[in-house]
Amino acid sequence: MIAALRKELLLQWRTRAQFMAVFVFGASALLLFSFAVGPNAEILRQFSAGFMWLGLLLSSTLTLAESFHAEMENRALEGLLLLPVNPRTIYYGKAIANWLQLVLLGFALVPVMVILYDAGTTKLPQLALVIMLGTAGLSAPGTLYAAMTSQVRSRQTLLPLLLFPLIVPALLASVKLTSLIILGDPMGQLSAWMKLLTAFDAIYWSLCGLLFDRVVEE
Amino acid sequence: MSTTKSLFVRRYVPGLVLLAIGAYFGFVVALAEFNNINLGFGLATGLQAAIAAIAAVAGTISFLIVDDVETSAKGPNILLVAGIICFLIGSYIGLFVAPPEQHMGEVQRIMYVHVPTAWNALLAMTVAFASAVVFLFKSDWKWDAVMEGSIEVGVVFAFLLCAQGSIWAKPTWNVWWDWDPRLTTTAVLLFAFLGILALRRFVEDPVKRGIWSSVATIIAYVDVPIVYFSVKWWNSLHQTQSSPGTVSKQFYLPLRANAIGILFLMTAFIMLRARISALRLKQELAPPPLVEAQLGEVV
Repeated sequence: MIAALRKELLLQWRTRAQFMAVFVFGASALLLFSFAVGPNAEILRQFSAGFMWLGLLLSSTLTLAESFHAEMENRALEGLLLLPVNPRTIYYGKAIANWLQLVLLGFALVPVMVILYDAGTTKLPQLALVIMLGTAGLSAPGTLYAAMTSQVRSRQTLLPLLLFPLIVPALLASVKLTSLIILGDPMGQLSAWMKLLTAFDAIYWSLCGLLFDRVVEE
Repeated sequence: MSTTKSLFVRRYVPGLVLLAIGAYFGFVVALAEFNNINLGFGLATGLQAAIAAIAAVAGTISFLIVDDVETSAKGPNILLVAGIICFLIGSYIGLFVAPPEQHMGEVQRIMYVHVPTAWNALLAMTVAFASAVVFLFKSDWKWDAVMEGSIEVGVVFAFLLCAQGSIWAKPTWNVWWDWDPRLTTTAVLLFAFLGILALRRFVEDPVKRGIWSSVATIIAYVDVPIVYFSVKWWNSLHQTQSSPGTVSKQFYLPLRANAIGILFLMTAFIMLRARISALRLKQELAPPPLVEAQLGEVV
């Protein structure tokens, strides 16, 4: 699994220009959201968590779709599957690599959000944890669906179509947690949402791993 | 002729017996409630109603399991007739016999289709999930066809559910849409299963199509309770469910008749739709016709 992860990370490092492009896409999405609402600072601050996660979600479909693109060229996926390893290893290698990239993207989008929406917070470790858990919820099913959709026509449409309804709970919990961190948590709801998000991650990281070898089998 | 007939009888007899038991007890319950005649072997009415419901559901499921989707449409046709009868009886009682509700008035009558639609939509998705699991383990093409049928019927029912909900919500809550857990979960489910149907359209290889859509169905179905609870914490306003204990019998009789009727109709739709998928698949997997034969025809 370490080898699979290393291969993915190396691949991502070699295509870091792609990461920059996705980041710029996410940041410009954040910029555009504020035009949709208008220049009211108070409202923008209130919605900042939602905007940030929507920006991250939209960017994530680009990252996820890209992650299997390389495997489709020269039928590299078939070669990978011929290796004497469990397909599950390949899945977890890819999912972890995607997750790390999304975490990085999330961290990079936070300053953009703080500047644009004046949504600063001093609880950075908590915010980091939320970004890590939330992106984990995106990357587990996202990697599985990317494995399917990368092999069919019109994959750009199909991946979001499958992924967006599925990750509603993860998105909801992440947005709620982020806004609780930014705007304060008078009701003490933080831990309940944290549990929900963790449960979502645990279910989908195990379920998608279990189902992956059926998806790639010939 | 006799062999096909005996095969048909052997296949459908358990289901037909169960449906007959369900019909008998359903009739007896209705009789007891309107005329105070008890023919139910001295059993309590609640128990009789439960027997009727369980027998109807079990009969339907047995039809779904034994039905050979490729060769015969007899099973769904029987259910179709039974479903139309139940639905007509339930709608008649709901529209003309049952009194209007005290607070909501005539609008409340939509509940006689709304609640059964909700139950059956969830049931259709459950059938899809079960077929997906069976298909993944047994690779029996019948269940691929049933899965496609039940996803499509489930999508239609979920859409109907949202539409009926909106029609009811406008006069009652004065909004078309509300971000309540059940409503939102239905909408999320609708889109999730629409995505799976889209996936099935785009994958040409039947084996991959079957496996991938099974995987996607399992993943989407597991999401249902999580979506429900997350939206419930997020916002809640919907009416709490009523149990038969708190509802007068004039209200729940049409509800139950419609629920069973829609159950039969839904299962018949699933089976007929599965039949289309199975026949399409057969055509897809069949070897292409010989070129020489085609040439001969032209000449």
